[in-house]
Amino acid sequence: MSETSAFIIIVAAIFTNNILLSNFLGMCSFLVCSRQIGTALGLGAAVIFVMTCTTVLNYGIYYGVLVKDAPLCSADLTFLAFIIFIAVIAAFVQFVEMFVERFSPKLYYALGIFLPLITVNCAILGAALFMIIRKYSFWQSLGYGFGAGVGWALAILLIAGLRKKMGYSRVPKPFQGVSIAMIITGVMAMTFMGFAGMVSIQ
Amino acid sequence: MTATASKSPAACGPCAAGLLCDGKAGKIVKDGVWANNPISIQVLGICSALAVTNKLANALVMGGALIFVTACSSLFLSFLRNATPRKIRMIAEVAIISTFVIVFDQLLRAFYWDMSKQLGPYVGLIITNCIVMGRAEAFALQNRPIASALDGIANGLGYAIVLAVIAVFREMIGAGKLLGFSILDKVWYEPNQLMILAPGAFFTLGILIALLNALRKDVPETKP
Repeated sequence: MSETSAFIIIVAAIFTNNILLSNFLGMCSFLVCSRQIGTALGLGAAVIFVMTCTTVLNYGIYYGVLVKDAPLCSADLTFLAFIIFIAVIAAFVQFVEMFVERFSPKLYYALGIFLPLITVNCAILGAALFMIIRKYSFWQSLGYGFGAGVGWALAILLIAGLRKKMGYSRVPKPFQGVSIAMIITGVMAMTFMGFAGMVSIQ
Repeated sequence: MTATASKSPAACGPCAAGLLCDGKAGKIVKDGVWANNPISIQVLGICSALAVTNKLANALVMGGALIFVTACSSLFLSFLRNATPRKIRMIAEVAIISTFVIVFDQLLRAFYWDMSKQLGPYVGLIITNCIVMGRAEAFALQNRPIASALDGIANGLGYAIVLAVIAVFREMIGAGKLLGFSILDKVWYEPNQLMILAPGAFFTLGILIALLNALRKDVPETKP
């Protein structure tokens, strides 16, 4: 993964390698928060922001401190990656929460409840781990973090619309709730497979 | 997220010396594996349940990983439950869980490199797997260590069983194989690739949950 431009990675992360529909990350908050379009929009926006920033932060920490012979520490600390990443994400979310609360109470009330949820959103940690596994450069990581966030937000918005519409249809009893949500997500994943030939990242 | 796991049994009363929870053991196991199954009832830990079930071998390793991590982290969190201040318990939970995930990941890398590559980021993502955290919050913080470990094993087992079932269907229909052995012969069976790809995972789990819902009629509406 060396030559792909950051822009291509953004497009691929949104459409062909959607983090929710093809990598199944962020399912928990996806199932809980995809009932209202407004909720989905708020959570989606928060995820885009946090994912872009934490991917870049984690990139800096991984290549600046953790890898062998890194500028700041020569020992090979890559085995600590998981715990450091999750700590960075949790701290960042906490910081953003305090920052937003102080400077824009209005935004805080709009986003407030979603921010803590994001720490446990596996898509955020997943994006950081994919960045390491695929050996992205700095700009590629930035593109991937942003693209994956947008892709996740797009998927949750689309499903929220569908689930709202589905309120008017008569779903068989055993299928109600999670089950039918899963099946329409499957259909959505099939739709997104239509983009497959466009661009590809791994 | 953790609030979903509500049906935690009452504190482990009958075990007199706190050695083994004989009185509760059966109930704890039954709860974790069937009555309160983490995937099909509590709807937790869906991400990895969908992602690693394209092959039975992957699903089994992942199930093993979750049993190990949930059991160990529940055990240790329960040991520390009276020493952990309420305010920082989340951080303590995450730190303990990630430690065990790192241990498992390093073991996998050392002895089964191929499997480690195939599972990719999903081993690391056990940290954010809601089941582990959910059991810590709902059970380990109120119960004795042995009972908590047992609860962790039971929930891990419930997860592993569901994963194995999904994987059997997906690998069988999608590739005509099980654990790499050919089951449905290529001569007359054309593998349906869709089951290996992402949509197959969603469909299989959706239908499985619906089937289980139909089987236990007394279950109240599952709250997604």
